[in-house]
Amino acid sequence: MATKNFKRVYVWELPVRVFHWLNALAITILIITGFIISNPPAVMTNHEASQQFWFGYVRKIHFISAYVMVAVMILRVYWAFVGNKFSNWRVFFPFNKKGMKNVWHVLKYDIFLQNEQSENIESFSIGHNSVATISYLVMFLLALLMMATGFAMYAPTSSWFFPKMFTWVTPLFNDNEMLIRKVHHISMWAFILFMAVHIYLVLFHDWLEGRGEASAMISGQKFVCSERVQEDIKK
Amino acid sequence: MKQESNQNQTYLQSIEANGYTRRDFMKFVAFIGAYMGVENTAIGQIAKALETTPRLPVIWEHFQECTCCSESFIRSDHPIVADIILDKISLDYTLTLMAASGHQAEAAKKATMDKYKGEYILCVEGSVPLGADGNYCCIAGKSALETLKESAAGAKAIIAWGSCATTGCVQAAKPNPTGATPIEKIITDKPIINVPGCPPIGEVMAGIIVHVVTFGRLPELDSAGRPKAFYSKRVHDSCYRRPYFDAGLFAETFDDENAKKGYCLYKVGCKGPSTYNACGNIRWNGGVSYPIQSGHGCIGCSSNNFWDAGSFYTRDASVIGGGIEADADTIGKVAIGAVAAGAAVHAVASNISKRKDLNRRIHNAIENEKRVEE
Ligand code: SF4
Ligand code: SF4
Repeated sequence: MATKNFKRVYVWELPVRVFHWLNALAITILIITGFIISNPPAVMTNHEASQQFWFGYVRKIHFISAYVMVAVMILRVYWAFVGNKFSNWRVFFPFNKKGMKNVWHVLKYDIFLQNEQSENIESFSIGHNSVATISYLVMFLLALLMMATGFAMYAPTSSWFFPKMFTWVTPLFNDNEMLIRKVHHISMWAFILFMAVHIYLVLFHDWLEGRGEASAMISGQKFVCSERVQEDIKK
Repeated sequence: MKQESNQNQTYLQSIEANGYTRRDFMKFVAFIGAYMGVENTAIGQIAKALETTPRLPVIWEHFQECTCCSESFIRSDHPIVADIILDKISLDYTLTLMAASGHQAEAAKKATMDKYKGEYILCVEGSVPLGADGNYCCIAGKSALETLKESAAGAKAIIAWGSCATTGCVQAAKPNPTGATPIEKIITDKPIINVPGCPPIGEVMAGIIVHVVTFGRLPELDSAGRPKAFYSKRVHDSCYRRPYFDAGLFAETFDDENAKKGYCLYKVGCKGPSTYNACGNIRWNGGVSYPIQSGHGCIGCSSNNFWDAGSFYTRDASVIGGGIEADADTIGKVAIGAVAAGAAVHAVASNISKRKDLNRRIHNAIENEKRVEE
């Protein structure tokens, strides 16, 4: 038996890919610098303080990465309204019958590893599957929390309007910045855990389905069996 | 009573009556103006106001507190602050410092409250216990709550001194047995100046009082009701050890070489980066020093709930308080381990359970490979 006929489908448009990789880069840098800021390594040196500024630079890199993350988040939100159907905001709210069916499917077959009687081509998601979109929605909200808590701590030392937009956050935390810091720190762990699960599942899908799951975020294209493409056209 | 007879004097008159010269007075004005952070031109304004305005009646209530705010105030750098503004002139009622006591003291307070209704300044030191019907703190047979409501009713404005009055401080730390409550949670219909700190800096307190006296209105306040002139910067932003922070030079313990060199105390728990206060600029005990200069990190005494914010000596991110304190990073590491283990189990299990699908696909792909012409 030969393999199915696959069609190349342009799923992830350029802005989505730019968002993905810049976001990944920014988050990685934010996590690394964040750990350093929360507990700086002991540096033994004979240099005077006037000759070095490394901790200042670490914080600077943290702040620059934060701005990058915010910028690409704005880009992504914009693209959720003008981009293709796979990047549309609606896919991130799969709280309807079809979406829930997909959630159930993903849990049953991808997470709990049951098998289907016969391969059902309908069940392969072309863009995000619904469990993934729910997780992205949660991460988006967490990113907003990160942004709010981060810029709330940053605002007092900035005169720019953007960080100043977050000064209302501090009173919400009872004006207790140690608490804000704690929330910021704990939420970071959610990003680390998300990244671990996300990367594993991408590899899992790529390995199991062989449709270019991983490389799709580079080329933007996925392989979709031709029957499925026909169907989509008919719709 | 002495206080009564002094009532209509201006500040300058009282100051002179206490043996200070005009030169002393002008020095004081320049000094307090500098602390208040006003422009040069305002110095004249302050002098004029102190010369011409009759002194403002002040009632100073003490509830659940340790008197450290009063102590700080009377130790403020300039003698005129202690002597004139607080001790001898301005206070119509303060349990700790007034000469009168008992019924006499209460009568003095009543007289001021009646005579200067809507004009006097109410200073409050300490939190108000709401637990057990307020019985944890009673003065002259009344609960703190009753007393506060009574004296707040006729006040022009309220100054809440110290962390007790602004956030509850140590009495409000978990589990807050007395139900200690800050003033602004109880009195909501009067302008309140929050002056947190345990205690606040004496010069800050004096500066605020002089501001109210001279300009006849409250200083500019931030969203938490704190005077911006003193609480808009973090201790960290004016800390003289800040260059060490930026250079990444930290004391690891209090007795290491780095601590001796005066490096930044961030890693031994300094809360300067999250604490809004003027310690770095104004310092303590007449500008002699402040905790960080003396080798101890800031404990964040002017931030809300600083007693419950975790250890004074670490910058931990404890998630669960008490005996089972767990660090966010420890939980995180365990969680990431669990995810890794879960992924490994999933990978192995999927190799087994999806074998059929997988074999079919791989097999087909190999078939295709054979058919590829090179
Ligand atoms: S000692 Fe404290 S306040 Fe000073 S620079 Fe270091 S962390 Fe900041
Ligand atoms: S350095 Fe910090 S703990 Fe010390 S008095 Fe100032 S604000 Fe309070």
